[in-house]
Order: sequence, then C-alpha cells, then structure tokens
Amino acid sequence: MTTQAAITVEGLRKRYGDVRAVDGVSFEVARGEFYGILGPNGAGKTTTLEMVEGLRRPDEGSALLLGQPSWPRAKRLLSRIGVQLQASAFFEKLTAREQIHTFAELYGVPRAQADAMLERVGLTDKADVRQDDLSGGQEQRLSIACALVHDPELVFLDEPTTGLDPQARRNLWDLLRGIQAEGRTVVLTTHYMDEAETLCDRVAVMDHGRILRVGPPRELISELGVASLEDVFLQLTGREYRE
Amino acid sequence: MTAQRTTGGGGWRPFLTLSRAMALGLLRDRTAVFFLLVFPLMFLVLFGALFKDPGTTQSTVVQVGDVEVLDEMPQETRAALRDVLTVEKTDGSEAALDQALEKVRKGEVDAAVLQRGNEVELRFSAADQVRGGTVRSIVDSLVQQANQAATGQPPAYTLTPQQVEDDSVQPIQYLTPGLLGWAVAMGAVFGAAFNLVSWRKKRILRRLWLAPIDATSVIGARVGITLVFALVQTGVFLAVGSLPYYGLHLTGDWWLVVPLVLAGTLAFLSIGLLVGAWAKSEEAANGLAQLIVLPMAFLSGAFFPLDGAPRWVATLSDFLPLKHLSAAMQGVLTQGESWAAALPVIGGLLGFGAVVTLLAWRVFRWD
Repeated sequence: MTTQAAITVEGLRKRYGDVRAVDGVSFEVARGEFYGILGPNGAGKTTTLEMVEGLRRPDEGSALLLGQPSWPRAKRLLSRIGVQLQASAFFEKLTAREQIHTFAELYGVPRAQADAMLERVGLTDKADVRQDDLSGGQEQRLSIACALVHDPELVFLDEPTTGLDPQARRNLWDLLRGIQAEGRTVVLTTHYMDEAETLCDRVAVMDHGRILRVGPPRELISELGVASLEDVFLQLTGREYRE
Repeated sequence: MTAQRTTGGGGWRPFLTLSRAMALGLLRDRTAVFFLLVFPLMFLVLFGALFKDPGTTQSTVVQVGDVEVLDEMPQETRAALRDVLTVEKTDGSEAALDQALEKVRKGEVDAAVLQRGNEVELRFSAADQVRGGTVRSIVDSLVQQANQAATGQPPAYTLTPQQVEDDSVQPIQYLTPGLLGWAVAMGAVFGAAFNLVSWRKKRILRRLWLAPIDATSVIGARVGITLVFALVQTGVFLAVGSLPYYGLHLTGDWWLVVPLVLAGTLAFLSIGLLVGAWAKSEEAANGLAQLIVLPMAFLSGAFFPLDGAPRWVATLSDFLPLKHLSAAMQGVLTQGESWAAALPVIGGLLGFGAVVTLLAWRVFRWD
C-alpha cells in the first residue's frame, strides 16, 4: 500500500475540436512528494490537472489517485484528496469561519477541526470577516485551509500565490512546506519559477499538450547548463508570447 | 499517515449544510432581498391603496319638501338603501329648489327629488349617465313599490337578489394573486439564474463536484431554498392583503395556494436554470431574466386584469405559466374554487418545469 504511487497518469489525451489540448501525458508522483507542473498559458496544464482531479473525462488514458481511478467520480476517493481551485471558489457572503465550517460539514469533519485549521493558517482573528473583505493573501490561506480541512492525503494547489506580495508568498511557502512535512503529497501549478525551485522535489515542464521534461529543479538546471529554473523553462518552451 | 478517514457527510447533512450556506448568502444580500421581496410588496401596498374601492356606488339626492315615497319608506327598505342612497332633506321653498338644482348642476349631488301632487319629479344631471341612471332606477323602484302597496294586494312576483362573487370586483382580490405570482416568478427565475452563473464563474460548482457529496444535495438545496423563499413571499403577501385596510377575504380552500405556489416556483426555477445555463455573465443573466419576467407579468395580468385585452394577447398569455398560476391562485384565494381549479394548473406547471429543465440540461456548461 505505501509503496504504491500517489498519482499514476498514463497516456491522457483530450481534444477540443481540432485542438489537442492534452496530447498523451504520462507521469507518476510518489507518496509524500512535492510535485510541480509548469508551463506557459495554453500549455495544457489546467486541462491535465482537471482530468487528473476527475473534473473532466479524458478522451484516452487514465489517472489513478491513491490507486483508484479518478473518473468516474467516486466519493470515497474524493474524501481522501483536497483541491484548492483558484481563490474565488467560496460561498457568497459567508465569513471565513462559516466558509470553512461549511466545507468541514460537507466532508463530515467536526467543527473543532475546522477551527484548528483556521488557527493553523493564522486566520483566527479574521474568522468573523466576510470572505470578500479579506486581503488576497488571507483569501488564499482560507482557500488552502478549506482544501485541507478534512486532512487529505493528496493535495492539489492551483496557482496558490498568484497576486500575493512577497511577504504573503514567503509565509504561504512555509505553510506549504509544513503540509508536505506531515507526509502529504502535494501537486502545485505555478507561474513563479523561484517558487517551484524552492518548494518542489520534482517539476514537469509542459507545452503544447505534452510533458517536455521531468526532474528535480537542480538536475534540470545542471542538465541544461543554465543558471536557474526560469532559464530551463524559457529554453524548453521558447520566448514568444502566449495567449 | 494515520489520518482519520471520513466518507463525507452522509444522508441529509450535505443538503442541510448547503441549504444553510445558501440561505445565509441570500439573506445577507440586501439588494436581492429588496428586489425579490420588498419591491413586489411595495407594488401591492401602492396598487392596493390606489385602486381601493372609492365608493362610487353611493348616490346622494336632495329631497325638496315632502316626498311621500321617501318619507313613508318602510324601515327595512330604508336600511337596505342606506349603502346606496343618501337623502338630504330640505324644506319645500322655491329657494331650496333653486339651491338643490344648482347643486345637481355642479355635480355636488346626483339628483333632486320633489313631489307635485301625485307626481314625483326627479331632476338629474346628464353629465354622469351612469350615476343619473342609478338614481333614476332607485327612485323609480321606490315609486313602483309605493304604487304596489297602495293597491292593498300582496305582490304577484317578488325578487330575491343574491350576491355572486361580489368580492372579485375588489382590486385587492386580483392584485394579491397577480403580484404574488410575479414576486414568486422573480424570486425563482433571478435566484436560479444568478446562482448558476455566479457559481460557475466562481468555480464553486467545480469545488462541490470535488467534494464527497451527491449532486442531488446541491440541486436539492437550491430548490429547497427557493421553495421556502416563495412560501415566505406568499405568507407576507397574504398577511398584507388581509390587513383591514386592504380587506382581502380568503375563501374556503385558500390553502391550495401553497401547492400552487410550490408548483409555480418549480416551473419558474426551470426558466431560471435555462437562463443561467445559457448566460455567460451576471449582466446577461439579469437582462435575459428581466426580458422574460416583466413581459410575462404584464401579459399574465399580474398588474391589471386582461379582460379588455385584444384576442391575440389573451391567446399569447395562455402559453405563459404565470397567467395560469395567477388565475388559479385568484380562484382558490378569493372565488371559492378548489381542487378542480388547482389540480390541472399544478400538473401543467410541473410539466412545463420538466420540459424546460430538460432543455436547460442540454444547454448547461461547466465553464
């Protein structure tokens, strides 16, 4: 059981009309690993992640999470994974505490556990503030707290630090490292290469619906003989503007 | 890792949790509460007061001098006339007659009546023919009655008048069901359309898809909240209409309005779902919902009765669920109708809702 990979993805394909959004993606994430998926806009990251999470049905291929297929939707599996979509996925007009209590109840988790999670992300003193009155960083932390409230083994984070100031980003990094240190598997998408470089054990660089290269950031840097992960990224995906 | 395993809140828990979250979201949205509850209620309060029966049936005549048919009216006749005829008595002088005729000319009173010998003279203005005719027929009937009494014979024929649906002419009796139908339609169409668009934009739908709950909990909570809200609207409208000032009188099976409102809400929810499934932004959803609800309300006689409307309007309105809901609600609320009036409408509304929901399902996109 413990030797089994957290995620096994094989030959995922998704086509929209003539566009091959995802064109044969395979990868594996080990348990306890911090895995980054990088790529320019339109590279197919989002569609890949959606198929892996079970939001979209793949045209071809399969994704196993914790040994179970993510499609068709299975409630038993969903209670073992946590997903942070982009920051706005909240209920309208609810306070921070009400948001996390709502998610806790949906997962059948006691409210005390939700309050503890709020404490952990440092939002206890903002518990009675409406979500739309929170700052960007507080919103992101609440969003992550809601994804973690049921103590999932596998966590997906979609651009969790977008739009944050450097202080908030560094604080969030500490939080994310702590999540991994507890033995969880974390999958992260980001546009910040420094973030991927410091947080991820391995990264996959995607473009045109395929994975171009997978490896630990340091190995990729030395392999290509460049200075940083950002250089790796630009060398692999080119410099022209994306959509 | 020794995480405690949960399989999610089973049974009713997710439904109740989502219902609470949605109810709080709705109640805290002051604009929504205003437009869906207070705004239609304002129409009831205003229209109810504006169209309140102004008492046009009361006629006033000036009696100049002695007039036997009026002076010697039996008590019960006098009591029966009290609601329709007021008699101002003056002395029989020429000055009093001139004064009385002047009052008729100015329209301050409806007629002057005097007696010369055995002749009862009635002078009325031709300006208001309806009023003049009313006064004329009242006095005429008094004269006939006196003639008949003078023969000393029992009357050969008697008339037993009985009121039929008198209440239905009171504006409040059609304003309440009409405006209530409009309010329910707004609540359901706008609520569902906005909810769907904003939850899709905010990705709440995806987030819920990734939680270990059934889709029925999400849909059920939305439907449940809308139904409860419609019942609150119904309660408030009936309470306001029944205030002594407005004088709504409920008839026998008025409670049938509850299944009618529930079925109507489901029908309008389906329209809201279709709008929400199609519209890409809240603005588009708002415009489209307005474009559907407002003309439907006018064509269904929510604001004024359609009795005098052209034939094609009547035909068109037969296709609108709101028209049938309003008519059936008016029937059970104020015209003493029962299951026979309510059941076909409930069935029709549910059928309409099912068809439109299917359509919405085909149009729906996740993002």
